[in-house]
Amino acid sequence: MTKFRVNKTKYVDQTKSVSFYFDGKSYHGFEGDTLASALLANGVHLVGRSFKYHRPRGIMSCGSEEPNAICQINEDTDITEPNVRATEIELYEGLKASSQNCWPSVKFDIGGINNLISPFIPAGFYYKTFMWPKSFWKKIYEPLIRMSAGLGKSPTKPDPELYDHKHVHFDVLVIGGGISGIIASKIAAKNNLKTILIEDKNILGGSTIYQKNENYKINNKYSSEWLNEEIAELKKLDNLTIKTRTSLAAYHSYNYLLAKENISDHIPLDKRNGGIRQRLWKIRADKVIVATGAIERPLVFNNNDRPGIMLSNSVKKYLDFYGVSCGFNNVIFTNNDGAYETAVSLKEKGISVEIIDIRKKSNSKIVKNAEKLGVKIYWNSTIVNTYGHRKINSIDIMNLSEDGSNVVGDKNRINCDCLALSGGWTPMVHMHTQSGGKLDFREIDQTFIPNEIDENHINVGSCNGDFELDDIIKNTNNKVKNFLKVSENEFDNTSVLNSKEIDKRNIWLLPNYISEGKCKSFIDFQNDSTAKDIKLALREGFKSIEHVKRYTTTGMATDQGKLSNMHALGIIADTAGVKMGTLGTTTFRPPFTPLTFGSIVGRNVGKFFDIVRKTSIHEWHSQNNAKYENVGQWKRPWYYPINDEGLHDAVQRESKAARDSAGILDASTLGKIDIQGTDASEFLNRVYTNAWSKLEIGKCRYGLMLNEDGMVYDDGVTTRLGENHYLMTTTTGGAANVLSKLEDYLQTEWPELDVYLTSVTDHYSTASICGPNSKKILKKIFPDKDFSDDAFPHMSYQNGKIDEIICRIMRISFTGELSYEINIESQYGKSLWEKCIEAGKEFKITPYGTETMHLLRAEKGFIIVGQDTDGTMTPIDLQMDWIVSKKKYDFIGKRSLYRSDTIREDRKQLVGLLTDDPNEILEEGAQIVSDMSKKPIEMIGHVTSSYFSPNLKKSIALAVVKSGKTMKGQKLIVPMENKNINVTVSDSVFLDKENKRINA
Amino acid sequence: MFLINCPYCGERDQSEFSCGGEAHIVRPKQPTELSDDQWAEYLFMRKNIKGVQFERWNHAHGCRKWFNMVRDTSNDKIHAIYKMGEKPPVE
Repeated sequence: MTKFRVNKTKYVDQTKSVSFYFDGKSYHGFEGDTLASALLANGVHLVGRSFKYHRPRGIMSCGSEEPNAICQINEDTDITEPNVRATEIELYEGLKASSQNCWPSVKFDIGGINNLISPFIPAGFYYKTFMWPKSFWKKIYEPLIRMSAGLGKSPTKPDPELYDHKHVHFDVLVIGGGISGIIASKIAAKNNLKTILIEDKNILGGSTIYQKNENYKINNKYSSEWLNEEIAELKKLDNLTIKTRTSLAAYHSYNYLLAKENISDHIPLDKRNGGIRQRLWKIRADKVIVATGAIERPLVFNNNDRPGIMLSNSVKKYLDFYGVSCGFNNVIFTNNDGAYETAVSLKEKGISVEIIDIRKKSNSKIVKNAEKLGVKIYWNSTIVNTYGHRKINSIDIMNLSEDGSNVVGDKNRINCDCLALSGGWTPMVHMHTQSGGKLDFREIDQTFIPNEIDENHINVGSCNGDFELDDIIKNTNNKVKNFLKVSENEFDNTSVLNSKEIDKRNIWLLPNYISEGKCKSFIDFQNDSTAKDIKLALREGFKSIEHVKRYTTTGMATDQGKLSNMHALGIIADTAGVKMGTLGTTTFRPPFTPLTFGSIVGRNVGKFFDIVRKTSIHEWHSQNNAKYENVGQWKRPWYYPINDEGLHDAVQRESKAARDSAGILDASTLGKIDIQGTDASEFLNRVYTNAWSKLEIGKCRYGLMLNEDGMVYDDGVTTRLGENHYLMTTTTGGAANVLSKLEDYLQTEWPELDVYLTSVTDHYSTASICGPNSKKILKKIFPDKDFSDDAFPHMSYQNGKIDEIICRIMRISFTGELSYEINIESQYGKSLWEKCIEAGKEFKITPYGTETMHLLRAEKGFIIVGQDTDGTMTPIDLQMDWIVSKKKYDFIGKRSLYRSDTIREDRKQLVGLLTDDPNEILEEGAQIVSDMSKKPIEMIGHVTSSYFSPNLKKSIALAVVKSGKTMKGQKLIVPMENKNINVTVSDSVFLDKENKRINA
Repeated sequence: MFLINCPYCGERDQSEFSCGGEAHIVRPKQPTELSDDQWAEYLFMRKNIKGVQFERWNHAHGCRKWFNMVRDTSNDKIHAIYKMGEKPPVE
């Protein structure tokens, strides 16, 4: 056992040794230790370097507020994690931790030179310096800043760990397992409310659990004894869930909270067995009781940041909970009674301690207790300097003047190896404010406390500003009873004995005989901002606390200013001569402590990151070497290369086959909406630009859908299956949006219409067969059917049967070829497809993908919504006036078609483009210009679709060009990076203008 | 994250819903008789106020029904939820 382990406690099992490494050196701690307590037990205080000045820093606290002791865990492994607080990491066998922000080592750090030049790098140094010369930014300043920025090292490999999300609902959520949280949970659970209690430590009880002082008794027992009994009872309650190692991250509106549970972070790596590492709890609670406690404040004075300078209550916890003495020659520097509990604890274990108190006196019981034990107290005194490089070894103290604004008398040097600070308490109001709650400022102890108006959450205990044991128990009990509307209970008659603090004094920035400019009085330890920086910011004109924060970076480190924000505010208020309450605070934002990315994404990684939709024919495509294109969430065959064919060659071959003989396309992904109801025809009249009432049963029609602003939104063929029954198809990507848009109109604008919409996209698979031989193939599949043009004309539909399975056959065409689409229930999709391939074998039927489909339709000048349109194209712009009904009184978007803007002649309009060199293929998206001489060159349009057509043996393109309609035959230029391509505006239909092939 | 009381399904998480903007903007019955300005008023103009606002919401990942909500945008308090076609609450 090391000499610093002075005390046996039940929380650290001193029979179970645990070995670990810090900065490559092997140490031993015990089961129950944190990394911090184990290091302290080994006499290690120096654990890191500060961010800006690289000053040596030591462990300061014992919890999530820790600014200094942040480590890299398990460096050089896949699971390495930076910026982990040593005070929160539970020790396990083989743990490897290292300090950050220092090179070559924490004891000798080159960056420490920043400390020497610190007078030249004040607040805002970066803003001021790296402004000029401008040319230095890219080559010199940015690489330099990047090299020195950041704390730890990010892992370089994918995170191998598992993370989980869990959604839960509770009547009551209690945040914090300290004394008030335990009282609250017990009241809630005993009153038949389904309750969850979450606590970030591995055991319940907060700071009361190790309190063993004659001055703090509940029902005549030590407060820790009483609380232990309460916890034992609590654990027996049925409707209470207790989650330890679970820290609250965020409190959103309507009592929706996120909490992160550490499941395996405390287990040795070789025993984790691939289980879940962390679980994010998504909790919706009817009522929330916040009992997050308070954080002890440091004091701000010259050189207050040396290793060995800690928070007083943390010194007490290391002693009474972990059995570790942080020093043998302790000095406590305080402004309140709380620190005297630490002094009593130390003294009772025979450890030397002296107290420096800025107050003039205090007559409370606990102070008397300390005096009686022989603790020397320096009243009305302050520390003016500290000494010791890698660890504190002595301090200078002086007396305070009457008003506390100055120091008087002589310096007095005191030797010490640990300096415990206590500047009072800051209620952890983070959760309250995250939920939208406001704060009130309480003058007497300079705290912001919750101003409660939300009827569904309350704050109890020290996070509500109750710091005395009797107040905590009485107020918690009363508040919780009121909140949960329960009557008397076991806590009503609890008798509490405790020392009461009467004398208070607070000085945010302690005075010094050394001039302010030469003092290093740290406020934010992690970001190295000092009182001087804050005052500089104020002198330079920053007034708002939010601006001062950003300029000085106070409170912007990974600890988010848990220790520093109040002092920054206090110093601003004092310097500016305003009341602290009127300044307000900076915004408290989630998460309370950093969350891992893993816990945020949970299981939504890899193949679960997004849904992949596959058609029922997918397997066949894969077996036949399909390359896929993502269309929305769908995987669509893009092209089917034979051997090592590239995209271009495959598409040329597929396109030619489709026009020369037969091609087959999996069109299952097109959106399909089943429309039924007596007003179905009227409904289609209103949503499409063309007329639908006269469409005969068994006929198909192409429809164009606009937004209310007149712009093309979607298109597709709709088939009339029956008197009151239609099947609408939509674009693949637009299916979901079209359905919700139609539902919106139906439910909100036209509730009088009797129409029902059902998405049937996934219900049917579609094989589309086109080409001059398609009719022969269909005849082979449906031998009983008459496919003559009279019996089965273009734009009509009939039912057919394959082995008793009914399918719908539509004779429609998106390629300009004779073409049929066969729809069949999805489970038969693959069989249908294979049947088509088999039947088409003698015609060399060629499967083709989306690229060929795009090429074939471009040859015919058919648009693709979303490729040739971009939400700014009207049907008139697309030269599709023919589809806009003049007779219909109204349809979605009609009125917008003659707004002053939509009737402009110089809108971008769809045209065809032919390159002067027929082998030159334009790039889609390329800009189009007409006049290169006038600068700046005016861009009059862009290419939307471009292909080399194997059927026309030349390059073709669709484009949108200003006033394009009137430009046919005109020469334009498509400027590229290293050449200008000459093009001629043409008709947008390149092939078969007479539509002969459709009936070939 | 709101807890929204869908009038058809009951209380559900906000992630199941989508907001459809300001409520009670009725599509004109005779759009062709409106001037450009009047049509633009319907088409483009939406309030975005700090305070009590009437909104359309859709239970997109649930029953797909649209309904109306009265929400205070300053504190996200939902004051009322009512079905399409029902009169908005007076208070």
